[in-house]
Amino acid sequence: MPFLDIIILASIISVGCVLPGVFLVLRKVALMSDAISHAILLGIVVGFLIIKDLHSPLLIVGAALAGILTVFLTEMLIHSRRLKKDAAIGLIFPVFFSLGVILINKFASDVHLDNDAVLLGEIAYSPLNRLYAFGMDLGPMAIWIMLPILLVNILFIYSFYKELKLISFDPGLATALGFSPSILHYALMSLVSITAVGAFNAVGSILVVALMITPPATAYLLTERVSKMIGISILIAILSSILGVGLAILIDASIAGCIVTMTGVFFLLALCFSPQQGLVFKYFFAKKQRILFAAHMLLVHMSSHEGTSNESEENTIRNMTTHMRWTERFSKQVSKLVVQHNWVKRDKGALSLTPLGRETARSVILR
Amino acid sequence: MITLDYTLMVVGLGSTLLGLVSGVLGSFAVLRKQSLLGDAISHAALPGICLGFLVTMDKSPIFLVLGAIFTGWVGAFLVSLIVKNTVLKQDAALGVILSVFFGFGLVLLTLIQSIPAASQSGLESFLFGSAATLLKSDVIVMSVLGLIVLSLTSIFWKEFKLISFDTEFAATLGLPTSKLDLFLNTLIVISIVIGLQTVGVVLMSALIIAPAAAARQWTDKLAHMVLLSGFFGALSGCIGAMLSATIPNLPTGPTIVITISVFVFISLLFAPNRGLVWGYIRHLKDRNNIRAKTMLANLRLFSERDTDPFYPHELSALTAIGRGPAKKAMAELHEQGFVVNPEGNLWGLTESGLAASKLVEAEMFGGSDAIS
Repeated sequence: MPFLDIIILASIISVGCVLPGVFLVLRKVALMSDAISHAILLGIVVGFLIIKDLHSPLLIVGAALAGILTVFLTEMLIHSRRLKKDAAIGLIFPVFFSLGVILINKFASDVHLDNDAVLLGEIAYSPLNRLYAFGMDLGPMAIWIMLPILLVNILFIYSFYKELKLISFDPGLATALGFSPSILHYALMSLVSITAVGAFNAVGSILVVALMITPPATAYLLTERVSKMIGISILIAILSSILGVGLAILIDASIAGCIVTMTGVFFLLALCFSPQQGLVFKYFFAKKQRILFAAHMLLVHMSSHEGTSNESEENTIRNMTTHMRWTERFSKQVSKLVVQHNWVKRDKGALSLTPLGRETARSVILR
Repeated sequence: MITLDYTLMVVGLGSTLLGLVSGVLGSFAVLRKQSLLGDAISHAALPGICLGFLVTMDKSPIFLVLGAIFTGWVGAFLVSLIVKNTVLKQDAALGVILSVFFGFGLVLLTLIQSIPAASQSGLESFLFGSAATLLKSDVIVMSVLGLIVLSLTSIFWKEFKLISFDTEFAATLGLPTSKLDLFLNTLIVISIVIGLQTVGVVLMSALIIAPAAAARQWTDKLAHMVLLSGFFGALSGCIGAMLSATIPNLPTGPTIVITISVFVFISLLFAPNRGLVWGYIRHLKDRNNIRAKTMLANLRLFSERDTDPFYPHELSALTAIGRGPAKKAMAELHEQGFVVNPEGNLWGLTESGLAASKLVEAEMFGGSDAIS
């Protein structure tokens, strides 16, 4: 069952990416994963040219070093204060990536490492490269590379959960309490590098960013608890892997691209329909608030004209549209609301306050 | 002997132009701390290129460019929508948009590759860029768009300058800042799209950031920076594309990026005033100066205790009291005539040295009253 193999591998990779990704998003350094995932290419290519084996564990070490070097150089450039932070991030990694691509095209294009592998990964072929031990088929090799990385990520986050939360939300307090944010920061960056290298073979250099950032960003739209955020991220990662592989088989397109597209679909859904952050909810909430405010203003207006000579003229629906410059539709929505709340009695066009409406108007004035 | 090959001329012209335009518009992106928006836009353009092809089944540059402008613009719009409306910050919004759009673009690209009639469409060259595929018709489209972008930038120069440095002030003057913001971003999108075929979606962002980052080191004036940035961009675009077109197996995008990065590196190190090398030399000079002054103050401490204020002391004693190597500082003071070196390792104050040490003491400790 190669498809099952691919789904399992994709799930392991995406869950492995999501775990450090949650803290990248929380620490507002999401784009460091972009820088790292580009930079590891140079490490992989140089390592490959020396070792001549694309699946050697030594490659992971070399590539991870390239990732950390990028972080280090970028932060050095930021500290030199010659450039703003965003420009500094955007300057270093293109150099690493360009050198990597040039080396591939010059020296390695005839082997497994080519431009397509860099961008698309080889997850479709990964079931072909299997690990055999003691005469048994132990499944795709890539699973045995990514599984330890996943375990290291789980172990790291489990052991330093409190500390990671602390440096994410209050680095100042962390320093005051004697934790070093920068040590934990570099530990996290190392994990990101190692994970990116592990995922590189399967999904390519750039789509790693999508797996690291998109599920946690989606989860952040849905919850404010870190533990829930991790849980939702993992769920989205696995669902995207299953649906993405299915979609890729259905339309015969890039598997990694389809998985990423699915994470994008989940993000779009959360962006629109999240209960607290969602745009749709926000739109309706704002509309409701506008109508409620207008209703309160109407009550105040009516109470100030109550018992005066021009009451019959002022307190009418027609007056609302002309006097308050409301549109016909809006006045209808407002009058519907005030009648619904039993604040106002409506007799054809004429309006009169109920005792409850008078009370509400007074409390609005006093507020 | 220079032979002006026709293809090479087209390539050179196109890449010079794209460098110029991205250099000019990149200056605004970098100054407005929106460097990485270019990264998101260029990646977001990939699905647009593919859609442009899929809808028209035509590889004419105009359709691909229109598609790229559309999705690039949508990407930029979504980034600002996310940042304005949710807890997510700029970095996460950019990361999501650039990677998801790019992933979706790759899906479309693999779909196009599986269409038999389209397998030779050459859209893959948009990934890492290929100067060799530039045709005259491409350069014409690029020139027209570039000319529009550059002339609009010069027409709205004052407005763009204002919203780049002081948005609030611009708003109090009654300028429609959010509309100008959108307008400037649209121009940046177009300038990115101009370079996509030559530099590629993956690395185009570097051509927005790098020329401006290099130019920023040389000047504090916007007009100078924009011109210089355009110059750096044009030069490196031309050099990089020429190298790539003449040397086999040298991808264009990465070559241009390495070329412009050399400019950035030189500018960061050697630009007058802001150059890191000059900064380091200033730092060393300051340090030597402080060490020499400290040594002078130490010698004065000795001279106050001795009956002879000019009595020469062992270098090792001076090193011990100064908590550091004294030799360099003594050489410096000797050059200024503040100390004499009668023999071997013995050093003593001169008349002018004694006078200078009083000044140093006043400078360092606020006058001799402060320590007595």
